Amino acid sequence: MEIEAKSHPLDRYLRADRIPHIWCPGCGLGTVLNCFLHALEETDIDLKNLAVVSGIGCTGRVAGYINVDSYHTTHGRAVPFATGLKLANPKLKVVVFSGDGDLFAIGGNHFIHAARRNIDMTVICVNNYNYGMTGGQLGPTTPLEARATTAPYGNIEHPFNLCHVAAASGAVYVARWTSLHVRRLKESMKEALNKKGFSFVEIIAPCPTAFGRRNKEPTGLETLKYYKEHSVIKHGIDPAEADIEMGGDIVVGKFVDIEKPTFDEAVHELIKKARK
Amino acid sequence: MKKQIKFYSGNIAAAEGALVAGCRFFAGYPITPSSEIAEHMALRLPQVGGVFIQMEDELASMAAILGASWGGAKSMTATSGPGFSLMQENIGLGAMTETPCVVINVQRAGPSTGMPTLVGQADVMQARWGSHGDYEIIALSPFSPQECFDLTIKAFNLAEEYRVPVIVLMDESVGHMFEKVVIPPKDKIKIVERKKPTVPPEKYMPYKAEDFVPEMACAGEGYNVHVTGLTHDEKGYPQATDPEVQDRLVRRLCDKIRKNEKKLRDIEEYEMDDAEIAIVSFGISARSSKAAVRFARQHGYKVGLIRLKTIWPFPDEYFEKLADEIKKFVVVEINYGQIKLEVERNVGREKTHLLPKMGGEIHKPEEIYRKIKEVYNGN
Amino acid sequence: MKYWVKKELKPPHGKVYIIKDRCKGCGFCIEFCPQGVLQESEEFNAKGYHPPKLVETDDKKCIGCGFCSLICPEFAIHIEKEEEEKDEKAD
Repeated sequence: MEIEAKSHPLDRYLRADRIPHIWCPGCGLGTVLNCFLHALEETDIDLKNLAVVSGIGCTGRVAGYINVDSYHTTHGRAVPFATGLKLANPKLKVVVFSGDGDLFAIGGNHFIHAARRNIDMTVICVNNYNYGMTGGQLGPTTPLEARATTAPYGNIEHPFNLCHVAAASGAVYVARWTSLHVRRLKESMKEALNKKGFSFVEIIAPCPTAFGRRNKEPTGLETLKYYKEHSVIKHGIDPAEADIEMGGDIVVGKFVDIEKPTFDEAVHELIKKARK
Repeated sequence: MKKQIKFYSGNIAAAEGALVAGCRFFAGYPITPSSEIAEHMALRLPQVGGVFIQMEDELASMAAILGASWGGAKSMTATSGPGFSLMQENIGLGAMTETPCVVINVQRAGPSTGMPTLVGQADVMQARWGSHGDYEIIALSPFSPQECFDLTIKAFNLAEEYRVPVIVLMDESVGHMFEKVVIPPKDKIKIVERKKPTVPPEKYMPYKAEDFVPEMACAGEGYNVHVTGLTHDEKGYPQATDPEVQDRLVRRLCDKIRKNEKKLRDIEEYEMDDAEIAIVSFGISARSSKAAVRFARQHGYKVGLIRLKTIWPFPDEYFEKLADEIKKFVVVEINYGQIKLEVERNVGREKTHLLPKMGGEIHKPEEIYRKIKEVYNGN
Repeated sequence: MKYWVKKELKPPHGKVYIIKDRCKGCGFCIEFCPQGVLQESEEFNAKGYHPPKLVETDDKKCIGCGFCSLICPEFAIHIEKEEEEKDEKAD
């Protein structure tokens, strides 16, 4: 027999008084948050020094559920806010948790420049191919031909391949998983959290309410089944070859894991020199 | 330590003032005519252990200084018109989340790209109303390099005390003007720090304020604060569908400035004792006005100058009282009537006159003198 | 030469804990449990969803892998590994 419980071991990482969260049944966000908290549990990061920063949108609500110093900022500006936070207090471990629209449309410029500078932070992007909270509009990752409320005839825009963008911009760690690859995702998050420099983890996740419903996957479960059939793990490949197409395979894996001096180190080196 | 005498431009003086006030983080994006501030901070901040970063745009600069403030640093950015427009979004976030920070706007002539190298004073209303929604900020306006130094220090102090973005509304002429600046000894300069919580984390209510301004716990201090731009309750949690929470929050955000207007008031009165006509001005325009008042007095005109050093919150009560004593108010500003609207609101349309400039040049004292004569003689 | 022979292979076991009222009925845990130990229950929780329950047959036993507790978006299910008996060594 299963045992009825009142609380969850991860509740201590959550603002449990705010659970249940606002995310729809079948949404991938809860799973991603769950994996993140499991990953956190398996690292030795001091929670006192962990700060989570989010932008706007469904993923933007993550910051409000984790019981650490958390900042829910404006649309697209999580990365520059996090940059200021990290540079003002180098002791902090800063994690940006946001969606594809927030990080790559309205916040795209900030993302590429933070990656270029190699600011020491982890960016976790939940990519559900659309603007979920605002009602299923077209986003920078919507696959060609997919339907969105602002693309009622099907999308005619070429989407971003986020891992390719991150790698080309200079991120030192780049990985992609789906919200079904929970174990690998958790391991990847751990690696990203332990990585010095700008690390990036993309998670392909279902949005049944706003995206799936219009694209023949009306439940999260169906989308997860699709991931099971169509995910191909290819570690170490050039992320340029990991484009996502409607009805095609989803290439997942760890694509980049390199070492590079961070902006933080450089700036504190510079301060030492200037003070002499 | 003795006082020091320097020869600074307004921009450099403002940057030096920031350093004295304890600014240890600057994020900015180059823009004429404010760039010297960023350049000077890039040179000087590392020498005092601070961080300078040039961001990808002004949206990012403003977001970064908010982040840095929550990271525990006193932070600042500097910009001009077009960049100030981009910053409005996160000035709103700063007002909503009550984040101390300083924004210097070295005004040039607009709208849009306008006259990048020449003076303007037309961002007065933008400073007050630039971001959406109801909120209040503080804006100060220096009229000399000395005041750029002094008022930037004051801006930091007010930002810390009231937990609000404070705007230093300079203008191109003041920013680029070189003059003697006296740096007082360190122990003669008042420095204010933000109030810190004294209760343990489990009892801490990040947005509960006894006296309008709540205590601020920064990242890494163990308080697990949640900070959001959404309408939030005293715990800091989003309550985005509760009009009562919205009412409490917005009222407090506005009242913490409005109800302290008298404390924030900073006005220089010049030759006002027996004045029948008052020039109202600020920034570089107040310098021309001062010369005009001096000249007019020599010719027997009973005219004085009201120079606004604190522009926002506007001293309504002060002008209301003066309305009985002063016959006419002449507002001298490099825009088409922004502070004029505020004066008019308090003293009435009949008593208010405007001497505008559209930008690109400052008022000549003789133009102001002519206007004084015209108003004096009832023309 | 030494041989390490397990007398008997004992798969690990897990106890399944469910916070029924948190469940939103997405079905992830039921569909993707590697052992197929979960099924939808008949009962309704406070939100009107059917939380999962265990399938009580001998060949479908929880091995405590924790997949359900990782994939659950609602923090509504977790497992506790039961103490494993130590394998005995044979010389």
